[in-house]
Amino acid sequence: MDSIQGILLVVFIVAALVGYFIINRVPSLLHTPLMSGMNALSGVTILGALVATAAAIHSPSPLFGYIFGALAIVLAMINVAGGFVVTNRMLRMFTKKEKHHD
Amino acid sequence: MINLVFMVAITDTVYYIVCGILAVIVLTGIYLMSKVKTAAFGNFLSALAIAFGIVLTLVKYDIIPVWILYIGIAVGFLIGYYLAVRVKMIEMPQLVAFLNGVGGAASAIVGFFAYLGIGTDSDLFSKITALLAIAVGTVTFFGSMVAAGKLHKLISQKPIILPFHTIITVGLFSVLIASIIFGTFSGHNTIPSLNAVALVVIAALFGLVFTVRVGGADMPITISLLNSLSGVAGAIAGLAIKDVLLVAVGGIVGASGLLLTQIMCKAMNRRLWTILLGKTTAIRKSQVSALPQTDLEESSTAVPITVLKTAKKVIIVPGYGMALAQAQHLVKALADRLSENGAAVKYAIHPVAGRMPGHMNVLLCEADVDYEDLYEMADINNEFAAADLTIIVGANDVVNPAARDTDGTPISGMPILNADHCPNIVIFNYDLKPGYAGVDNPLYKRKEGVWLALGDAAVTIKNLLEKW
Repeated sequence: MDSIQGILLVVFIVAALVGYFIINRVPSLLHTPLMSGMNALSGVTILGALVATAAAIHSPSPLFGYIFGALAIVLAMINVAGGFVVTNRMLRMFTKKEKHHD
Repeated sequence: MINLVFMVAITDTVYYIVCGILAVIVLTGIYLMSKVKTAAFGNFLSALAIAFGIVLTLVKYDIIPVWILYIGIAVGFLIGYYLAVRVKMIEMPQLVAFLNGVGGAASAIVGFFAYLGIGTDSDLFSKITALLAIAVGTVTFFGSMVAAGKLHKLISQKPIILPFHTIITVGLFSVLIASIIFGTFSGHNTIPSLNAVALVVIAALFGLVFTVRVGGADMPITISLLNSLSGVAGAIAGLAIKDVLLVAVGGIVGASGLLLTQIMCKAMNRRLWTILLGKTTAIRKSQVSALPQTDLEESSTAVPITVLKTAKKVIIVPGYGMALAQAQHLVKALADRLSENGAAVKYAIHPVAGRMPGHMNVLLCEADVDYEDLYEMADINNEFAAADLTIIVGANDVVNPAARDTDGTPISGMPILNADHCPNIVIFNYDLKPGYAGVDNPLYKRKEGVWLALGDAAVTIKNLLEKW
């Protein structure tokens, strides 16, 4: 394990702890949008998919790289786009009523 | 030469600083999601951070000209957007499960590449994290697809229990760990891609076996857990390919899923480890209620309009049955009618009323219920005794006093809404069969102050409104 990998492990633990405490503040009223928003964030794996695909198409079996790389990007992007758009849709529903009151 | 090294070092530093900033933006976005007014902006910030992350990655790894990347992004975006715009609010749990699953699959593929040394080095750390990413990502994908299939009624909602189910689950888990260890330390005499494929197969079986056993009402826990796993899969894939943003965001998502899982477990009085072993269901042979059906039909016609008209403090308890009957707009109409008569109407939301955390709130908001009228269990449970009327729509286990008063039932100890403390209770329910947990509800046998309207809530509430 080199130093970067050690740093990454620390980043993982710190991010998880900080995330845990911030998320603890979210009321159960908003748990569904929270979850679908988190879900969208888990599509961040698209970053890995982009890097791996770019590398894989220069590997000894480029076709394999193209097929699985494109698949990974498509799947991750479905997760990202679907997650953020649907979260936005739900949250608009919550705030729609605000305007009725004012 | 020295100059060149220096430049690369600066680029790395800049990269890590920008990643740090993006992680802070993501955390800020989540922070803003704790208030209704700021939540949409928080969601936008998170989306923005991911978009910048994509651009940053393209620049940093110098892969801007690779055309296949853009095709993948465009296709994925269109499919995701289409699904998100089209989905009905009651289908939200299966959409979230599905999206979890595809994210998990993407992480598994990244892990697969990484294990073959593509996009990373072939050291021990990369190997073990790559294999873990394959395992967790594959379990997430297959587990989520089963969950989504059950929620979407493509497969039976009932728990499917194989002979020796727990032994099979534990056995598969052991084989899974063993294959990760084997894959990590196996030398050059094995074919790496074969190791990885074997791992995918085992993880797939584990994911299937672990979720087929879950029944409908246990879905909130399962979906939360899978949500956590999809984050963890991303974080581990990030470790394998040394992507700091992936690690940070994956860690945050993993923690959030775990937190929601804990909340759901508490609300359903279950322990996480028993769920991990597959014992998620409290189902018993559902006993047919001892109550004679004829009495009930009479009482079902006699919901007292006077009680409804004179009530000043009303609490509505919506359950998943209301959502199944698509009766939320009628419930809202009933609440409006009560308000017109001068009643203060509040909604009491049990944490597991629905198929995912917070689901009921979304369904009621869709029916134009003001979110400020929605109360969490802890905030409203003391108000039932002082209320004039409680209206229960399609909820059973979450208002079953047996959970509080009787030992030894599957729901004993589960926190419930104290609807039984209210002097007058009107219950709209499909039938008198025990709820999901299979425990008879003593409320149905109470002689005074309980009126039952049996049948499809969409019909019974409509009839009531017409008679008003």
